[in-house]
Amino acid sequence: MPDQNLTQPHMAQIVATNDFVVKFANVNGSGSASANGLFAKAVIRMGVPVGARNIFPSNIQGLPTWYEVRVNGEGHVGRRGGVDLAVALNPQTWDDDLAGLVPGGYLFYDSTKPMPPSKFRDDITVIGVPLTAICNTAYKIPRERQLFKNIAYVGALSHLIGIDPDIVETLLAEEFASKAKLIDANVRAFHLGRDWAKQNLEPIGLQLKHADGVGNRIFVDGNRAAALGAVYGGATVCAWYPITPSTSIAEGFMEYCEEFRTDPDGSKRYAIIQAEDEIASIGIVNGAAWNGARAFTCTSGPGISLMNEFIGLSYYAEIPAVIFDVQRGGPSTGMPTRTQQADLLLAAYASHGDTKHVLLIPGDPGECFTMGALAFDLADRLQTTVFVMLDLDIGMQEWLVEPFVWDDNRQLDRGKVITAEDLEAGKPFGRYRDVDGDGVPFRTYPGTHPTKGAYFTRGSSHNSMAVYSERGADYTEGMQRLLKKFATAAELVPPPVIQPAARPTRIGVLYFGSTAPAMHEALVTLERRGRHLDALRVRGFPFSQEVFEFIAAHDEIFVAEQNRDAQMRSLLMIEGNIDASKLTSIRHYDGTPVTARFLIDAISEKMNANAPEKETLK
Amino acid sequence: MTYIAKPQLHHPSLPSNAIGLTRRDYEGRISTLCAGCGHDSISAAIVTACFELDLQPHRLAKLSGIGCSSKTPDYFLGQSHGFNAVHGRMPSVLTGANLANRDLVFLGVSGDGDTASIGIGQFVHSVRRGVNMCYIVENNGVYGLTKGQFSATSDKGSKSKRGAENTESGIDLVALALQLGATYVGRSFSGDKEQLVPLIKGALTHGGAAVLDVISPCVAFNNHAGSTKSFDYVREHNDAVNRLDVILGRTPIKTDYAPGEVRDVTQHDGSVLRLKKIAADYVATDRNAAAAYIQEHQAKGEIVTGLLYIDPEASDLHDRLGTTRVPLNALGTEDLTPGAQALARINAGLR
Repeated sequence: MPDQNLTQPHMAQIVATNDFVVKFANVNGSGSASANGLFAKAVIRMGVPVGARNIFPSNIQGLPTWYEVRVNGEGHVGRRGGVDLAVALNPQTWDDDLAGLVPGGYLFYDSTKPMPPSKFRDDITVIGVPLTAICNTAYKIPRERQLFKNIAYVGALSHLIGIDPDIVETLLAEEFASKAKLIDANVRAFHLGRDWAKQNLEPIGLQLKHADGVGNRIFVDGNRAAALGAVYGGATVCAWYPITPSTSIAEGFMEYCEEFRTDPDGSKRYAIIQAEDEIASIGIVNGAAWNGARAFTCTSGPGISLMNEFIGLSYYAEIPAVIFDVQRGGPSTGMPTRTQQADLLLAAYASHGDTKHVLLIPGDPGECFTMGALAFDLADRLQTTVFVMLDLDIGMQEWLVEPFVWDDNRQLDRGKVITAEDLEAGKPFGRYRDVDGDGVPFRTYPGTHPTKGAYFTRGSSHNSMAVYSERGADYTEGMQRLLKKFATAAELVPPPVIQPAARPTRIGVLYFGSTAPAMHEALVTLERRGRHLDALRVRGFPFSQEVFEFIAAHDEIFVAEQNRDAQMRSLLMIEGNIDASKLTSIRHYDGTPVTARFLIDAISEKMNANAPEKETLK
Repeated sequence: MTYIAKPQLHHPSLPSNAIGLTRRDYEGRISTLCAGCGHDSISAAIVTACFELDLQPHRLAKLSGIGCSSKTPDYFLGQSHGFNAVHGRMPSVLTGANLANRDLVFLGVSGDGDTASIGIGQFVHSVRRGVNMCYIVENNGVYGLTKGQFSATSDKGSKSKRGAENTESGIDLVALALQLGATYVGRSFSGDKEQLVPLIKGALTHGGAAVLDVISPCVAFNNHAGSTKSFDYVREHNDAVNRLDVILGRTPIKTDYAPGEVRDVTQHDGSVLRLKKIAADYVATDRNAAAAYIQEHQAKGEIVTGLLYIDPEASDLHDRLGTTRVPLNALGTEDLTPGAQALARINAGLR
């Protein structure tokens, strides 16, 4: 066995319990994902909150992939920034992985072929475990040698940082419940690594202790949650085209529908079409919703670009549609497996002519479920396209969130639909008449009544009776009513979440979506440093009145977002007529999820630059 | 798309069909197309077909894309819901509408630009999915609304009104539909009502993807010497393979056709398509033979018309998906929402 004792004795090591960052560097396609997932779940089962992020390439096999686990007993599960323990198993990225470690951190590597000291840093602790040698001795089949090497490093880590081995065994038993043979094999591999570490290494300064920080929270990704939301929201038609990072919404919908929407005779209370492209997907959604079914598509930025014409039709002809946009790095093909919040303006004003659309902006997978269901009620209620704006970080990463909740008394809100009975009873019908003064007209489903209620749906200009018209007065009346309907939407979208600072302040911060957990951590740290900021998380567009009231009540607002062009800031300025100088932009857009440390630094720096007295305390 | 309301007066002696409606009950607004447009003849044929089928107008949904042909659904079946979608995208909208309520009859109306150019992808995929629809292409080989550009079905070598020659190959939608697995494929001519009306009736009662390519000369831009879609050219080169009668279950079946010249095909809904053969060697239930026949005749400059292919055992998208018989748009909260208990189970599985 090679000598693994490479610790620099003179150097300070990080000592932390239930609060550190571990980053696994792997090669994709090597089977590391399940081992890394096992690691994260084991920490959660010990009662310690975790934020886990799979950072992967747009590739099937052979390129670098990382899994970053934020362990934090206080419940901060956003990215912190910096790495305390690097599990460096990919020679391709060795230099970067080494560089990412904070001073005093730990580097874990496969020391079958020991690295020369020149390949290390002198301010870190190096831990070598000869994983390949261990597994080559224990296994004969090459595939087993590779796969079990992954479980073996989890075993070695369990000794080093104090993961409870019983919990790992329980998780493996659950994972392979249907394949008992695999349970034993995996448990054996786990102990192979663990035993070697026990015999050869001391535990390190990063330690896990059983805690009670998780409660009954669930560990789930936003795409799965959104798919479940669509099931609970009563969606019956899903038309989609595969695109990273949204594909698992359609797959999740398929899975849940098979389970919950299949009749005893095998017939299905849903229809899923993998369409030929995104244009057909949204066309199918519009057709189905026009005919009274709840329908959605799921896509990412490039798909939205293609769907623009239909989105305009939905707006103008007033057809419900739900689009889940799992945002990725743009423009063009951009970074398909990286995260961004860069489709805001695209979605808000999609299609030619004067258009505006409703956006729901979930801040975690829990809200992907609630907003996923709500989107269908709103689409029917408002008869227009409703976007649910996820991003890759929320959509494809598993987050620790409160369990899903459903009220069994809740009924699907089908909005203003006139039935055959209404028509028979003489209820007047004019497809685009504003009967209630809220800008929302009534509609009929095709096939309702033999002689009443039929109308012609078109994207060309029409009067309030749905008759083709190029008269200027008819056109402007319709366009003004659509504005009124948009104002109604502002009252129906989820209101912002406002979190006041511990002390009164004239400075605020506005954020949304996947920035939430990093911002929450940043605010706590800033507060400790005497930086008091009121915080508002936007959850919908058009903006609720509360958003503008919040801005009005402060002298300066930091607007934090994950795109280059400060799109949320632009939306606020356009829709709220807000003075640009009042909104200070903070942007993080390199494709990785924003970290708490980035936000702390950016906000502190700007506050210092704006002179300390700007941080007025009343 | 007209400002002029059509008079609602009915002549008292207008004949009514089995459900008590007259032909007028199947009409729409006044057409705004050019006088003599082939498309208006097709609209009239649709009206006749629906009247003769005793179809309840409100149980049919009519959908179209953009273009002269796509304007026509406003001009027939005024009691039906209509949907004028975006250019080339009628097939996807119709597919979605069909998924939402399988109990309606779906009529898609499109043109050669709408189907063979901008919308060819959607045409192709809706047909291969087997959407239960009657898809009519009103094919004039020209862009009318933008005044006379060639379309993708314009034959190579045909001339525009300005005398320019088309140098690109034309797409034969009938051959394409056959290859894609359409289960009812016909071609006709807007000027041949006797052939067209039964073809539409058969398509509307067919239980799968029915495609009708209807050559419909454009009086404004494509009805001159040099055009292969003009009235004169089509009349001279039309080679009908059969004549069709649609016999509904309740009508006594006539037996006055000579054996050997007549073939009855029973469709899913019980209607019988009676094919009177004109071309002695034509078999309408053989997909490969149909494709070969069409191409052989096309090579001779002949336009083969009639019911070119039918699969009486046709299935549709719902059969393939295994959708419930209840229209999806009629399912309520209790059918769709699994409830709090199921959610508790899901939560437990995510810990």
